[in-house]
Amino acid sequence: MPFIPHTQDDVRAMLDAIGAGDPECLFDEIPAELRGVSLDGVPAGLTEQAVARLMRERAARDAGALCFIGAGAYRHHIPAAVWELTTRGEFYSAYTPYQAEASQGTLQLLYEYQTMMTGLTGMDVSNASLYDGASALAEAILMAIRANRKAKTSRVLVAGTLHPIYRQVAEAIVGAQDIRLETLDIPVRNGALDVQRAGEPGEAAAVVLPQPNFYGRLEQIDALTDLAHRAGALVIAVVNPTALALLKPPGDWGQRGADIVCGEGQPLGIPLSSGGPYFGFLCARQAFVRQMPGRIIGRTVDMDGKQGFTLTLQAREQHIRRSKATSNICTNQGLMVTAATIYLALLGPEGLRRVAAVCHGNTRRLCELLCAIDGVEPVHDGPFFHERALRLPRPAADVLTRLAEHGVQGGYDLGRHDDSMADCILVCATEVVTEEDMQQYAGLLRTVLEEMGA
Amino acid sequence: MRDDPLIFDQSQPGRRALAQAPLHAPAVDDIPDELLRREPPGLPEVSELQVVRHYTRLSQKNFSIDTQFYPLGSCTMKYNPRGSNALAMLPGFLDRHPWAPELHSQGVMACLYELQEILARVTGMAGVSLTPMAGAQGEFAGVAMIRAYHEARGDRARTEILVPDAAHGTNPATAVMCGYTVHEIPTGADGDVDLEALRQALGPQTAGIMLTNPSTLGVFERRITEMARLVHEAGGLLYYDGANLNAILGKVRPGDMGFDVIHMNLHKTFSTPHGGGGPGSGAIGVGERLLPYMPVPVVAKEADSYRWLTEADLPRSIGRLSAFMGNIGVVLRAYVYARMLGREGMARVAEFATLNANYLMHRLRDAGFQVWFRDRRASHEFIISLKREQKELGVSAMDFAKRLLDYGFHAPTTYFPLLVPECLLIEPTETETQEELDGFVEAMVSIREEAARDPDYVRGAPYTLPVRRLDEVRAAKRLDLKWTPPGAGDGETEA
Amino acid sequence: MSNTPSDLYYAATHEWARLDEDGLVTVGITDHAQESLGDLVFVETPELDKAVEAGDACAVVESVKAASDIYAPVGGQIVDANARLQDEPELVNSDPYGEGWIMRIRPDDPDDIERLMRADDYEHMIEQEEEG
Repeated sequence: MPFIPHTQDDVRAMLDAIGAGDPECLFDEIPAELRGVSLDGVPAGLTEQAVARLMRERAARDAGALCFIGAGAYRHHIPAAVWELTTRGEFYSAYTPYQAEASQGTLQLLYEYQTMMTGLTGMDVSNASLYDGASALAEAILMAIRANRKAKTSRVLVAGTLHPIYRQVAEAIVGAQDIRLETLDIPVRNGALDVQRAGEPGEAAAVVLPQPNFYGRLEQIDALTDLAHRAGALVIAVVNPTALALLKPPGDWGQRGADIVCGEGQPLGIPLSSGGPYFGFLCARQAFVRQMPGRIIGRTVDMDGKQGFTLTLQAREQHIRRSKATSNICTNQGLMVTAATIYLALLGPEGLRRVAAVCHGNTRRLCELLCAIDGVEPVHDGPFFHERALRLPRPAADVLTRLAEHGVQGGYDLGRHDDSMADCILVCATEVVTEEDMQQYAGLLRTVLEEMGA
Repeated sequence: MRDDPLIFDQSQPGRRALAQAPLHAPAVDDIPDELLRREPPGLPEVSELQVVRHYTRLSQKNFSIDTQFYPLGSCTMKYNPRGSNALAMLPGFLDRHPWAPELHSQGVMACLYELQEILARVTGMAGVSLTPMAGAQGEFAGVAMIRAYHEARGDRARTEILVPDAAHGTNPATAVMCGYTVHEIPTGADGDVDLEALRQALGPQTAGIMLTNPSTLGVFERRITEMARLVHEAGGLLYYDGANLNAILGKVRPGDMGFDVIHMNLHKTFSTPHGGGGPGSGAIGVGERLLPYMPVPVVAKEADSYRWLTEADLPRSIGRLSAFMGNIGVVLRAYVYARMLGREGMARVAEFATLNANYLMHRLRDAGFQVWFRDRRASHEFIISLKREQKELGVSAMDFAKRLLDYGFHAPTTYFPLLVPECLLIEPTETETQEELDGFVEAMVSIREEAARDPDYVRGAPYTLPVRRLDEVRAAKRLDLKWTPPGAGDGETEA
Repeated sequence: MSNTPSDLYYAATHEWARLDEDGLVTVGITDHAQESLGDLVFVETPELDKAVEAGDACAVVESVKAASDIYAPVGGQIVDANARLQDEPELVNSDPYGEGWIMRIRPDDPDDIERLMRADDYEHMIEQEEEG
């Protein structure tokens, strides 16, 4: 049997040691009517060679398209060293670092990760990661309600320009505790919040602000942050980590800075991989550290006074606090964070800045090429980062289907969330896209629209 | 043992891995100044070789399944096949964007669909959703579905979830996250749930019960069918925590025991890597009546093609738990593993996991260690208590655990379950050889001899690891959670 | 052997209580409790002015491996909390009946304290717990 090392002699000797006649005896405490299940319908076992053949065929079937989609997941160059190191057995097949002495590698790496994330976001503390960006937002909301003791409300206001899927996920998770999310009452104009026309938001525990927002637009983040703080709310920033190489870090937003920062870590060396595993990051001000969910690593000393790393503040967590824990979360996304830490070390501040600048430049170039086609135009004016909404002269879903038939994934269909945008797509061109790729897309789009009679 | 300075302490201004970033970058002249950052982010500036050497050296400071026997109870640390990793990391899978059209996704969707089917069969459930990103999220999904079910029937009086006192901490934490209060049910002296206490706890306020079977005490809940009947008669539903599914895989199905919803830890039973603490994957399975509430998306097969079922297909779904569709990379590893095992292999998992656990339990008992439930069969794991050693030799379960590290074994789970004093929860898994188990017994015996000779020596362990025991009180009181540049203070904050 | 002063009152959840001359009840955790928790790393002191009933959880003490709720031994209003514990949680370990006090309650009924255990009963309870 695969992966079971026992010889027949082993089995005999072990059963003798136990004093059991046959392996079935070991299950004699299980009621007989429950035993002896049928596994009909489960296919017969295959060798690695046979499964490899099957998987190669399937992987090949999905490969080869030219991708201009972003909308929450971004294709970036991943240095070869990142996953060569990450899949070393010592990282790959270790458990959560409960036995600190036997986990110093993972623990030191996570401490370095926490430092990098606080550097990117301009915040005081970081946890060791959560599942993904959207679930991290849900945890950030729960955290803000715990942390904002002054607010006598659990109202949470969400910018209308937040990624709609993030909102759905947050609602599914916090809704179970009867916390309702309300849309921040600020009109959306030109794809961004029109803070000049904002009323006073009323008392709230937290306000969720994305930067860049779902449409790639940059919000007037200083004014929005100050507005939220005036209402007594904590500011939860939802940010893209690549963008932070260029953009003002949340710790510097407005007069006081954001209070909690979360987002999707995937752009930092994690393959697209159909949407996961990724990791969510969560940073905060020092004052809220005890309200954070998830693992946190601290530096300390051993019995001989030597530096070492360990899980700390564990009394917040489910295995100790049970029903009073800050969250039910157990793991972080350790392996993904391993990759992200190595990625950030390889890129450094200058490398990451160049990646961000090239992504942004490529998206500008792509929009220029596409908007040269009759009937294609930007939906919004104003500053954006590495992603942009375009209006097409034909329904987006139909155009995207035709493009896909020719091997181009032309963007994200904005009609999925907003009927008034059924002719709009969100496009993104990262640093891995070349001028030829963009020319190919523009040429194909021109042809497809002509075929569709536009 | 050598010291490895933090990557930040190796940084030199202007140094970088030149091959890894674009050679040129355009000016960013279309974003207003007030939206831009003024200082570069605090990231290290190092060469590619420095990075590779640093993280290779750090990796060598970890224990792992690939390097050590890792009998961590309740965690199922079995071999993670390299084939699963290699085949889940084929470029076609890695490069697929989560929003790629179904037309460009039939390969991965075929794998997901078939795994849904395999998991449904092997657990006896009617439907499976692969979206939860970890066991705890699977738990959340399960309890949220129970809540959605009751609410859809207009039954809002059910405000309470029952949890045995021996349960994992996630169970009560999850129930609270789903808006329920928790009622703990005591465990009898034989390790089974106290049935009388259960009867008394059940009522119109009972939304459901969360159970692990075999329980966290390493024994099978013998009266499970009776319990299921009682809970169902009271109008509650049964949730199965799949933490210990490895003990029964291919042998007994949660669906046959009467469970309405289950989660599976694919990172345990289906041998995807633990990765130093994630990513996991917490697929859920449901019986007929909870099918409409499954988290989306789910894969459906229509004729010869696959498509995503979303909110439009399952309007009563509890919704989305991740931005996309969960940890597909992990799910693919589980799929490869399931295909390599096949039905014959799957039926052997529980058998050999149980054989190894019972063998190790008997060897330790014969060596004079106190097995906690000595009249019970072990499931895939079992508990020994070192209460006597603690009393007579002054050496605790934690001391044994730390000294085991010096012997080259990862420690079993310590001090869980909370009900057993000075306990070790030991789970050898099916992929270990008899010789490895014998080596572990010898180490335990040898540590006890050391403790009799020189208890202080054992209390001072470990000696051969990168660090000795750490000052966790200092770590919690003088929080040092990030590196700070020299001259910017020592980074510590009084808690 | 832990210290159990005979002039104090005790709750089954290991708090001690003392009725002071100003009519307030001072509350802390017992020597036995601090010993079993180990070195405290954090104390979450109660919210001031809050009205509590006997048995309400109102503060938390944390060690590295455990967190434990502190329950109000009598009903009333919380009027004071030991601010020093924010920076010096170790006071609870070093002086549980003195500088390590946790909160002061203005009792709804000063006689309520009589419902708590006296030192002998509390010591007896601990012995039984340890045997069990």
